[in-house]
Amino acid sequence: MSDLLSNYWVLMPVKVVAVLLIFLVFPLVVGYMEHKVMAHMQARLGPMEAGRFHGVLQLVADGVKFVQKESVVPRAADKWVFTLAPAVALIPVILVFGFIPYGPELTPIRSDVGLFVTLALSSVSVIGVLMAAWSSANKYSLIGGLRAAAQLIAYELPLVLAAAAVAMQAGSADLAVIVEQQRFWGWAGWALLPLTVGFFVYGTAALAELTRPPFDMPLADSEVVFGYLTEYTGLRFAFFLLTEYAGIVSQSAIAATLFLGGYKGVILPDGPWFLAVKVLALSFLVIWARSTYPRLREDQLQVIAWVRLVPVSLLLIFVVGLLKVV
Amino acid sequence: MAADQQPSGAEGGVAFQAADGTGVGVIIRERADRELHTQDMTLNVGPQHPATHGVLRVLVTLDGEMIESAEPVIGYMHRSFEKLAEYRDYRQIIALVNRHDWVSSICNELGVAMVVERQMGIEVPERATWIRMLMAEWTRILNHLMFVGSYPLELGAITPMFYAFREREEIQALMEWVTGGRLHLTYCRVGGLKQDLPRGAIDLSRDLVPRLRERIKEYETLILGNEIFAARTKGIGVLPADVACSYGSSGCSLQAAGVPEDARKTEPYLFYDQVEFDVPTGRNGDCYDRFTVLLGRMKESLRIIEQVHERIPPGPVTVKLPKVVRPPAGHAYVRTEAPLGQLSYYMVSHNEKTPWRFKMRTPSFNNVSTFPYLLKGTLLADMIAVMGSVFFIVGDIDR
Repeated sequence: MSDLLSNYWVLMPVKVVAVLLIFLVFPLVVGYMEHKVMAHMQARLGPMEAGRFHGVLQLVADGVKFVQKESVVPRAADKWVFTLAPAVALIPVILVFGFIPYGPELTPIRSDVGLFVTLALSSVSVIGVLMAAWSSANKYSLIGGLRAAAQLIAYELPLVLAAAAVAMQAGSADLAVIVEQQRFWGWAGWALLPLTVGFFVYGTAALAELTRPPFDMPLADSEVVFGYLTEYTGLRFAFFLLTEYAGIVSQSAIAATLFLGGYKGVILPDGPWFLAVKVLALSFLVIWARSTYPRLREDQLQVIAWVRLVPVSLLLIFVVGLLKVV
Repeated sequence: MAADQQPSGAEGGVAFQAADGTGVGVIIRERADRELHTQDMTLNVGPQHPATHGVLRVLVTLDGEMIESAEPVIGYMHRSFEKLAEYRDYRQIIALVNRHDWVSSICNELGVAMVVERQMGIEVPERATWIRMLMAEWTRILNHLMFVGSYPLELGAITPMFYAFREREEIQALMEWVTGGRLHLTYCRVGGLKQDLPRGAIDLSRDLVPRLRERIKEYETLILGNEIFAARTKGIGVLPADVACSYGSSGCSLQAAGVPEDARKTEPYLFYDQVEFDVPTGRNGDCYDRFTVLLGRMKESLRIIEQVHERIPPGPVTVKLPKVVRPPAGHAYVRTEAPLGQLSYYMVSHNEKTPWRFKMRTPSFNNVSTFPYLLKGTLLADMIAVMGSVFFIVGDIDR
C-alpha cells in the first residue's frame, strides 16, 4: 500500500481528486451555512424544500438552475476577456487548497514558501475581477471593479504583513512547519499576545480581500447594482459565486493554519477534522459579520487599511522580532 | 447653521476628505487635477435600480466616484390621480388616493374624507374621529417601520429589514382584522368610517404598544448603536433648516433640520389638539438625524395611540349621507401630516357629483426635489445613504 502511494503517478491523481473534492464540497457547505445561519439570525427559516431535510440540497438546485440559464455576453463587451474572467478568478482559489496542510504529513503540495504562494495565489483573483469589470462595458461594472482593485491592493499589505509576523515567529514560511510549532489551539507563550492581534489584523484584511460585508463595496447591490458581476449570468455568474465561497473557505483555512493551530486538536488524533471545525467556525464569523454590519464607504475602508491596519501590522512585526531576539 | 458642513462640491476636493478628517483623498484629487486629464461620466441611476425603490431615475454626472451634479427625473409612475379624481364620485376618490403613497393608505384617505366633509359641513361622530386617529397612527408606524428596515438595507445591513417586517406583520394583522385589507385599506368614508372596530380590536392594539416599544429599543441598539452606520450617516447629506424650508420639505427631512413643524401640532386636525405628544427634532439635519427622527416619530405615535385607547367613546361611526354627494360650490383645503410629511388636498367644487379640480400636495415630491442640493459633491456611496434617508415613495412623487 505505502509502496503504491509513494509512486508519483498514483499519488498525484489521488491528491488532485482529494483537493478538488475539498474545493467542491466545502464552499457548498459554507454556502448552505450562510443561507441557514443568516435566516435564523433574521427570524426566518431559509431554504426548507430542496433535499427534503431543511433544504440541504438548495445550492445543488441553484447550481442546476445556473447551468440551464442562457449564456449572455453583452454586445459591447470584450467577448474573450469577458468569458475568461471567471476562470481567472476561480482557478487560483482552487490551487490554494493544494498548499494547505490537512494533517501531519498530509500536505498535497509542500513548499518552503507555501505561505507566500497561497497569499500570492489568492490575490491573483483580483485580475479576474478587473477583467470582468473592464470587459463588461458597463459603468456599474467599471466602478465596482475599480473599487475592488483599490480595496484588494490596500488590504494585501496588512494581510501579508500579519502573515509575515507568523512566519517570523515560526522561523519558516512552510505552512506545515508553522502548524507543527503551535499547540492545539494556536500559539502559546510569548507569541500569544502579538499573534492574537495579528489574527484580528489578518481577519479584517481577509474579510476585505474577500469583498465580504462590511467590506463589500465592489458588489454593493444598492449602490452599483452588482458591481463587476452586473453583466454576468448563468454559469459564469455561478463561477464567481463559487470563487467567493471557495475564497471564504481558503482564507479561513489559511487563518486557521497560521493562528489557530491548523489540523491540531484535543482528544482525537490530529487530522483534517480539526481543520474542518476551525474553518467552519471562522466561516461562521464571516457570515455573522454579514448579517450584522452595514457596509463601509470606499474611502473609509482605505483609511482603515492605511491608517490603522498597516501601522499595527508593522508594529506587530517589530514586536515579534523583538520577542524572537530576546 | 449647518451650511458650512456641506461639502463644497467640485473645488478643492474637500468632499474627498475622509470621515475622520484624515484627508487621504484630498491629495489624490489635487494631483489628479494637475497631472491627469479626467473626463466626467454620466450615470443613469434608475429607473430600474435597487436603491431607488421603484422607478425614480437620477441622472448623475460623476468625476471618479464624486458626484458633480445630480438631477432626479420623475414621472415613470405617473398615474394621473389628480385628473382621474375629476371623473370620480367623491366617495370613490378615497380608493384612488390610498394608492399614491401605498404604505400609508389611511393617512391619505383621511385627508380626502376631511376635505369633502369640510366643504359639505358634515360633523363626523366623535367615535369615528378617535378611531381615525388610532388607525392613522398605526399606519404611520407601519410606514416608518418600512423605512426603518429599508434604510439600513441600502447601507448594506440586511437584518433590520426582516425585523421590521416581523413587526409590520403584527400590526398588519390588526389592520386586516379591522378593515379587511392589508395595503389599500379604504377604511375612511366621507362622514365617518366603513365600519366600527370589531370587538377586542382595542385590546389587541393595547397589547401591541408595549411590545413595539421594546422592539424600537432593539432597533436603536442594533442600528443606531452600530459604528459603521454612524460613520456612514453622520455629517452626510446635511440639509440646513433654511434650505429645507425653501424647498418645501416636510416630515423627517424638515424636523431633522431642527424645525418642529408638524401639521398635527401647528394646525391640529381630528383631535390631535387633545392628546399629548412631542415633535422630535434633530440638530444637524444629516442622514443620521433623519433616521433618529423617524424612530422618534414612531415613539410619539405610540404615545398618541395609548391616549386614544382611553378616549374612544361609544356611539355611531358614520353619518347618513345623501344619495348623491354634491358639495356646495367653492373650494376647500385640508392639510395633514402624512407619515412622510405634509400632505394636503385642495378641492374645487362646482356643486357637481365630481370635483372640478382636485390637487394633491404630496410630501415626497418636495422632499425629493432637494436631491440636486444634497447630492452635489458627495460620493456615489453617499448618494445611496442620502437618497434613502429622505424617505420617499415613488408613487407619492409622481401621483
